[in-house]
Amino acid sequence: MDFNGLFSNFGELTTTGLTQGAIYALVALGYTLVYGVLKLINFAHSEVFIAGAFAAIWTWSALGLNQDSVVNGVGSIIMYLGVAMVVAALASAVTASVIERVAYRPLRKRNAPPLAFLITAIGASIAISELFGIWTDRRPEGVPNLISIKPLFTIAGTPIRPIELLIVGSALVMMVGLDIFINRTRFGRGIRAVAQDPNTAALMGVNKDRIILLVFIAGGAMAGVAGLLYDIRIGALSYSVGFLLGLKAFTAAVLGGIGNLRGALLGGLLLGLVENYASGLIGSQWKDFAAFAVLVVLLMFRPTGLLGESLGRARA
Amino acid sequence: MRQRIARTIGGVALVALVASGAACSGSGGDDGAAGGEACGSKIAFFGALTGSSAALGINENNGVKLAVDKYNKANPDCKVEQVELDSQGSPDQAPQLAQQAIDDEKILGLVGPAYSGESEAANPFFSDAGLVHITPSATNPTLAQQKWKTFFRAVGNDLTQGPAAGKYIKDVLKAEKVYVIDDQSAYGVGLADEVKKLLGAAVVGSDKVQGEGKQTDFSASVTKVKSSGATVLFYGGYYQEAGLIRKQLTGAGVTATLVAGDGVNDPAYIASAGQTAAEGTILTCPCQPAAKAKGNFAADYQALNGVAPGTYSDSAYDAANILLAGIKAGKTTREGLLEFVKGYTGEGVAATYKFTETGELDPAQVKIWAYKVTGGQVVPDQEIPKS
Repeated sequence: MDFNGLFSNFGELTTTGLTQGAIYALVALGYTLVYGVLKLINFAHSEVFIAGAFAAIWTWSALGLNQDSVVNGVGSIIMYLGVAMVVAALASAVTASVIERVAYRPLRKRNAPPLAFLITAIGASIAISELFGIWTDRRPEGVPNLISIKPLFTIAGTPIRPIELLIVGSALVMMVGLDIFINRTRFGRGIRAVAQDPNTAALMGVNKDRIILLVFIAGGAMAGVAGLLYDIRIGALSYSVGFLLGLKAFTAAVLGGIGNLRGALLGGLLLGLVENYASGLIGSQWKDFAAFAVLVVLLMFRPTGLLGESLGRARA
Repeated sequence: MRQRIARTIGGVALVALVASGAACSGSGGDDGAAGGEACGSKIAFFGALTGSSAALGINENNGVKLAVDKYNKANPDCKVEQVELDSQGSPDQAPQLAQQAIDDEKILGLVGPAYSGESEAANPFFSDAGLVHITPSATNPTLAQQKWKTFFRAVGNDLTQGPAAGKYIKDVLKAEKVYVIDDQSAYGVGLADEVKKLLGAAVVGSDKVQGEGKQTDFSASVTKVKSSGATVLFYGGYYQEAGLIRKQLTGAGVTATLVAGDGVNDPAYIASAGQTAAEGTILTCPCQPAAKAKGNFAADYQALNGVAPGTYSDSAYDAANILLAGIKAGKTTREGLLEFVKGYTGEGVAATYKFTETGELDPAQVKIWAYKVTGGQVVPDQEIPKS
């Protein structure tokens, strides 16, 4: 146990933990949205994330950047990030809606048992991941250095880099946006209605299939942005990383209370922090152990997760 | 779980392939079961051809390919066939794959397994079956201490590479603060431990990460390296993680020099880290620069494979040639070929080969080189003198 190391690095472990946690949280939203409405764990969501992450890299290479290019000028950096963000969000949203149309909707129409949904989700996940593996020759693809590594300012001796600010900031903005969308708009009311009682919602004139598609698209767009943020944070992407990241994001969703949007944010940030503190305190080999041990212990005492309230029971 | 499912499916497909191959040769009416026939014999390459650490395996497989190609051109009426066994570098895959090689009676010897972890898993099977194998790159020292009857190593081990890397850090880089990270693999831990032993008190901290593509976020390790004030980071592991660690170090403004072993010594490392971050990295290897290989090796290799030879292409070529020399000499049973390799002495393109009792390359033949990433290329820096 290296308490000294933990304390002397506390600030930096916190900022990098929050950064990674923000990415978990964005992906966790997709799990939690779909679960809230359909009571279905969309295991293929990890590949929705991967689709966005690759789309961002391929956008940059289409714009003539490779991992060794250096981009100067705030304007062009914002342009590159913005274009890639839109493409990534679109790619992920399209992937998510294709999965819903091809894999889930036919099962729903035939009243398939829950087990069929589960296995079709895993099947879709493996198929898409393998597809990316084949397209990329199973090699990792590099990300251009878009963002300066110089710290912007320091808080209590901890340097804050632009990349950390960008990731945590855009995750928070998207979260708030989604929260407003769900709670304040007509579409959001539809989502909440279907989550509460699909049949009654249908009787009231809500088009259930359209609402479900909307949920997949919203979750997909979030995952796409998460993919872009992952790219610029990690610096490289390989087709197989979605599995563990998806699992962690799912863990974050359960930790916060699955079906609860704010819970997903809380769970994601918490998971990122726990991982980093454990790495600092004991050693990086304990990272995944700590993340999942916290999940098991927390669920022992709070089986519904931290915030525990589902999307369906949220007040209309 | 996903990977396991994919592997199982792959495994089934491979077994089916081998079974159909066996059926074909059976219907041809030759009694291959007892061996004894040089023509149609097979030698296999065992190592990663796909997956996160495939670059070295592909270098080696191409070396074996060249050896077999040359042999078959010299002996057109009595050809030898090459079998590729793709382990993806994973110890989990290795036993099943080893059994598959053992079950194919036509396979008289192997080049591989390429890595130490998979060697630990597969070698006991080869030893029990009496199937000789020469590894061109698995460098963990303990592999030679297991009393396996069929183990041979065509390169030096980490008992020479580790201290040499340590010596380079101490004498050439003159580092007083060194941080050590390993990937918890048989190879990575072994190498990192040797470096720690040599550097002693200069090691200011250490950490462990996950290999095989399982970890991509190394921010906690980066933080620790940074706060330790180390000027050199030694990494025991393979190129993909090394590349990401280097990239994330640079991204966090850490300028410490990365030193790593033969598992990172491949252009794929530069692809993973990016040219800017990779610049200046020191890579050690119990292998001489490919251009220093004797004869026309580099040109022939390039002509056949369409790429220049990489790390361990030459030692794999030599290992295959030792097996082929045995087959040519009429040692066409597994026992015969094993005895042949034991007593073998001869000149290869990378070294002169002669094995000790335990299957190690004669220590006098081992050379350790340091390479430096310069201008996006892995360039030979200097040979590190043995103590």
